[in-house]
Amino acid sequence: MKGVGEIASPRQDLSLSVAGLTVGVRNGPAIIEDVSMELLPSEIVGVVGESGSGKTTLGLSLLGYCRPGAEVRSGTLELGGVRVAMDGSMRTLRGRAIAYVPQDPGQALNPALRIRAAIEDIVRAHRERSAGLPEISTLLEAVNLPSSAEFSRRFPHQISGGQKQRVSIAMALSCHPGVVVLDEPTTGLDVETQSRILDELLRLRAEYRIAMIYVTHDLAVVGKIADRIAVMYAGRIVEQGPTAALLSRPRHPYTRGLLLSIPDHRRPRRLEPMRGIAVSVGEWPKGCPFAPRCPQATSECEQSVPPSTPVTSGHEVRCFRWESTPPVSDDARAGSWISPDTESEVVLEVRHLRAEHRGRGTTVVAAADISFQIRRGECLALVGESGSGKTTIARAIAGLHADVSGEILLAGSSLTPEARRRSVAERRRIQLVVQNPKDALNPRHTVRQSIARPIRVLRDRSTLSNGVDGEIDSLLERVRLPQRIANSYPDELSGGETQRVAIARALAADPELMICDEITSALDVSVQAAVLRLLRELQTDFGLSLLFITHNLGLVATIADDLLVLEDGVICERGVTSSVLGNPQHQYTKRLIAAAPSVDDSMADRI
Amino acid sequence: MSSATAETKVARPARPRRHRWEMLRAPEGVIGLVLLTFTVAVAVIGPIVAPHPLAQPVGPPGEPPGHGFPLGTDYLGRDVLSRVLYGGWPILWLSAVITLFTYVIGVLIGMVAALGRRLTDSVLMRFVDLLLAFPPLLLVLVLIASAGSSSTILIISIVLVLFPGLARIVRSATLEVSTAGYIEAAFARGERAPAVMWHEILPNIGPVILADLGVRFSFAIALVAGVNFLGLGESPPSANWALMVAENNVVITSNVWGVLAPAVMLMVLTVSINLLGDAYVRNRSKAR
Repeated sequence: MKGVGEIASPRQDLSLSVAGLTVGVRNGPAIIEDVSMELLPSEIVGVVGESGSGKTTLGLSLLGYCRPGAEVRSGTLELGGVRVAMDGSMRTLRGRAIAYVPQDPGQALNPALRIRAAIEDIVRAHRERSAGLPEISTLLEAVNLPSSAEFSRRFPHQISGGQKQRVSIAMALSCHPGVVVLDEPTTGLDVETQSRILDELLRLRAEYRIAMIYVTHDLAVVGKIADRIAVMYAGRIVEQGPTAALLSRPRHPYTRGLLLSIPDHRRPRRLEPMRGIAVSVGEWPKGCPFAPRCPQATSECEQSVPPSTPVTSGHEVRCFRWESTPPVSDDARAGSWISPDTESEVVLEVRHLRAEHRGRGTTVVAAADISFQIRRGECLALVGESGSGKTTIARAIAGLHADVSGEILLAGSSLTPEARRRSVAERRRIQLVVQNPKDALNPRHTVRQSIARPIRVLRDRSTLSNGVDGEIDSLLERVRLPQRIANSYPDELSGGETQRVAIARALAADPELMICDEITSALDVSVQAAVLRLLRELQTDFGLSLLFITHNLGLVATIADDLLVLEDGVICERGVTSSVLGNPQHQYTKRLIAAAPSVDDSMADRI
Repeated sequence: MSSATAETKVARPARPRRHRWEMLRAPEGVIGLVLLTFTVAVAVIGPIVAPHPLAQPVGPPGEPPGHGFPLGTDYLGRDVLSRVLYGGWPILWLSAVITLFTYVIGVLIGMVAALGRRLTDSVLMRFVDLLLAFPPLLLVLVLIASAGSSSTILIISIVLVLFPGLARIVRSATLEVSTAGYIEAAFARGERAPAVMWHEILPNIGPVILADLGVRFSFAIALVAGVNFLGLGESPPSANWALMVAENNVVITSNVWGVLAPAVMLMVLTVSINLLGDAYVRNRSKAR
């Protein structure tokens, strides 16, 4: 194609613009529709959306790539002012004009290739032979990795998750691209690592004048890094504009809903979940795809798709009634779910708990000297990064981890470590809900079967007034699911629905303590907000106590009364949530809080 | 709470669940089912409709088809068609019983090894490895030679050959499933291992072990036939297809049907089962 040679040579200061881009399933529905956006040289644009919004498809199509079965239907792409075809012929540009950093560095790196070989592969594929191989050590240094030959000889499994992501970034930079598309580059990393990678990207942008498209589900992260934000919903960009303007005065009701769904540790608030669930590909309604969930929808919204309308220069919104979108007032954000301290009886007490993992010949201490109490109706949060031992503690209390010493007291009486040696009543009173809802339910059991099992095994059926089926119906109602869902299988449910069923199954045992192990981390923020609200209701209406395990400080600020911070299996700080978050004493807590992304922070920085 | 209830107000078309019998729509499935029905019908109804007695010579030996014998006569002058009609049942019920026991034992040992302590696992799996180390037919022949030839011994020895492979498959499938959250949840509510195996694990490894059914069933047929062919199974005058292939070798030049007809029936039986197995596996991978 004409002009490609011009931009094929390594150079920075590239701009990118795409107009009217539609990508769809071959002979099927559209995945993204009529997407137009612009990226100026050395600018960072954040593309934000929930799962299924088409953000990854957009990112990949900018490299002229569609996943198998999908195709670009229409649209034009310009790189540095030169029009390029969005197909396989873009291969010559990939890597050197526009590069890609994939989502999961653990999977993106070939486990059989040493780091040096992996980087060299990219260079061989995309640079002229005459250019020779780049200085690998310079490249590694550029992303703050050890530049030693020893390091570049390592295999991916020998380096940490953050280092893998840096290697991915180094690979993307190896051919000096002008534009880099990053797809959720920090998802799955600890907050501290995430924060360092974000700083890294800002530095690289300044140093090499690279423009970036940052695809993510996390508004707080783009708030920190992006100059402009594009919000995607059902394959369309519903709102795009400068970061500060968009976050402080969102004009699309979806953007506003997202903002109100995000828990923030800087400013705890009652979350306001959006109603309904996101429409998936192939189910878009005729009009505005957000209309069924929109509080301000009119009949016009159901008839036609709103065009992009300018709010101010550079700030566009696809909404007929954007002028009536209420501001995200401090009023709506103020207040907290956390109730003042009450002296109720202690449900669970843990004294000097020590848990170990025994392997062949080696013993790893996962948690040591853990002591805490949970009172009736209280929510205690256990916070720590991956590997801090928080899940092991949860499993020990639930009776699933046998290598423990110390005492676990349920209402004053000691529990044996193994669940099967505990009495029925003891097992009934403690219930565990795990992280991944898809994994928590047996795929071959209907919702009804899944919920019925704990009732049959743990409850005294003579106390059920309406029998097992009546109890299942009332449990579904309690987690706000319709009764017809009872005969569905887990693969027919959305992530949020599945997690509600898992919670209903735990409630079926009529527990006093529910252990929630990262139960919202696999969910989209809007779904997460609804689940948190449900937990809060269960706590206040039924006096349920919660042990809430998470790495997300925003969640802690939203729901937890008290907080334990865990570092390498040891409690390093504890106290009332607001005082720990407001005035952390321990170094580790301070680092965690500083690293946690916050929408409020990013707005404060820009004003 | 309107916000939360509304999660389900937005209409979402129910995804159709693939029907269990959809595999029968594929060509392999249809052909396999037709052939299997035919073979089973021959084996079950055959003895009733057979025109001549099983063991009595009714003509000269090795007569080609004709003269009221559609498939000719065998090496003793008995009607080949009648013996083919009689000879399916012994093969079929032996293979079916063997497959049944193979599944009961293989699934049980596989699941116990996967869920049990490390010692249990080691002991069971080394035993399985030991059995796997023998060439299959040799092990069967040695057992029959030392314990005598009877249906019981035949069944036991072939099950001993067939279950180890299945136990290994079941063990690895169980290990894969056993870390899932719902298994943990079951143990956390204090369910005993047998209940967990039956309620939680079996429904999930079912497809994996069913996919193996065709191969294992046809292997059972092959072993039953092999033992009979070698003369260590049923003793003449009773008829079964494998025995017929062996004994009519001597008249193969004068009446090829004495060998060909039972051999074709064996082949049709094995092929039909394998076709059904293929249809099942293909249907499952399409459903993913």
